[in-house]
Amino acid sequence: MPSTRVVVTGLGTTSPVGGDVASTWQAMLAGTSGIRHLTDEWVDQLPVRIGGRVAVEPSEVLERVKARRLDRSSQFAMVAAAQAWADAGLEGSGLEPERLAVAVASGIGGVTTLLQNYDTLLEKGARRVSPLAVPMLMPNAPAANVSLTYGARAAVHAPTSACASGNEAIAMAIDMIRLGRADVVLAGGTEAAIHPLPMAAFANMMALSKTGSEEGGDPTRVSRPWDTARDGFVLGEGGAVLVLESEEHARARGATVYAEVRGAGISNDAHDIAQPDPEGRGGTRAIQMALREGDVDPATVVHVNAHATSTPKGDIAEGLMLHAVLGEHADRCVVTSTKSMTGHLLGGAGALEAVATVMALHDRVSPPTINLDEKDPEVDLDIPTSRRDLPEGDIVALNNSFGFGGANVAVAFGSV
Amino acid sequence: MATTEEIRADLADIVNEVAGVDADDVQLDKSFVDDLDVDSLSMVEVVVAAEEKFGVTIPDDEVKNLKTVGDAVAYIERAQG
Repeated sequence: MPSTRVVVTGLGTTSPVGGDVASTWQAMLAGTSGIRHLTDEWVDQLPVRIGGRVAVEPSEVLERVKARRLDRSSQFAMVAAAQAWADAGLEGSGLEPERLAVAVASGIGGVTTLLQNYDTLLEKGARRVSPLAVPMLMPNAPAANVSLTYGARAAVHAPTSACASGNEAIAMAIDMIRLGRADVVLAGGTEAAIHPLPMAAFANMMALSKTGSEEGGDPTRVSRPWDTARDGFVLGEGGAVLVLESEEHARARGATVYAEVRGAGISNDAHDIAQPDPEGRGGTRAIQMALREGDVDPATVVHVNAHATSTPKGDIAEGLMLHAVLGEHADRCVVTSTKSMTGHLLGGAGALEAVATVMALHDRVSPPTINLDEKDPEVDLDIPTSRRDLPEGDIVALNNSFGFGGANVAVAFGSV
Repeated sequence: MATTEEIRADLADIVNEVAGVDADDVQLDKSFVDDLDVDSLSMVEVVVAAEEKFGVTIPDDEVKNLKTVGDAVAYIERAQG
């Protein structure tokens, strides 16, 4: 077992179901969907007209002048980081800047800023392109802005692995602490890709569900992981940041600990640029690595916040992975997909779901998977359709994320 | 033709929008950098917005000469001439 123990001491998020952790978590436990008809003026030209906008606009929280210098993805990261920083009690804690690191990821980067400036270039000419466009759209902008705000002078990373990015950032944070490169890491992910170009692209590759977009359709019923009627994911937006800290550092300053981060596993399918390995072999290896790194007994794994995006193939493959790793214990594991409520936050997903996984361990309760009316017969998992209590004792929960490019990231959290 | 005060007021709105400076503080004798904390990238944004608003061109070489709000207003007045 790795010598340095890593713990979670702070949480923050702005999500389609809540503007902070408390409201997001309560909405998840209650099975509340954050998916709505989109009202943007560009939406009529698209085959998909639903999505999960954040419940609280960042403009309601951030100072206006600061916000206009940030891509929407950075705005979400800043909102989430501020909550996590305050929650961890780091303000005025005397933390050395050289021991504070950041790993905040995005799957696509500042795509809205990029495309809005391209529109400006075409319509008004080069002179009108914002001088801030590049520092706003670069993929490391969310991480860099977080580092600027809190004076993080250790490494500032922005790992990118599409929809696994947020979880990879957390895995990277664990490594930084265990390698002694930082005592505290602000780790998470963010995404703001509800823009007509990425939405058209995802729709054209048959990844997004085209159900429920019609007038009178019910957007809240479309994201339905593992249900027989699932036909693609629903795009969400938002961000989440966790404070990861060496146990020694957390203990020395008397911090409140939500959970321990036991271990992480990262692998790649090398199978297809977009499709998951249908047998889930890469994901299986990632989960195995996470459990091995954390010296986790599979019998103690009682909860999984699954990647399950509501696509036909991916949801099945993840069930195969869990059976391959947990064996007979898979039957006692409560598996849920909070994407049924939030939609898919792409690079933000792994981070938001890490917050949910940590809260599930902390409160010993699993949120439900909504819209599971008829479970796919190929899926042999225990999926609660209303909140379900988790057992007492030392328990472990997994957070899985998989991304285009074949990325698989699993992180194992333990109760404290 | 816009008066000096009209140009100053419109420019003040732009500086407020870009840099968050209270529009009432954007007076002719104020220095963009020293008094109003408008940094170089914000100044580029102010200039581009001013070009659009006032229908003038302010070359990059000229921007460094616009130290005060009064310098900018005078330049705009001349350019609109």
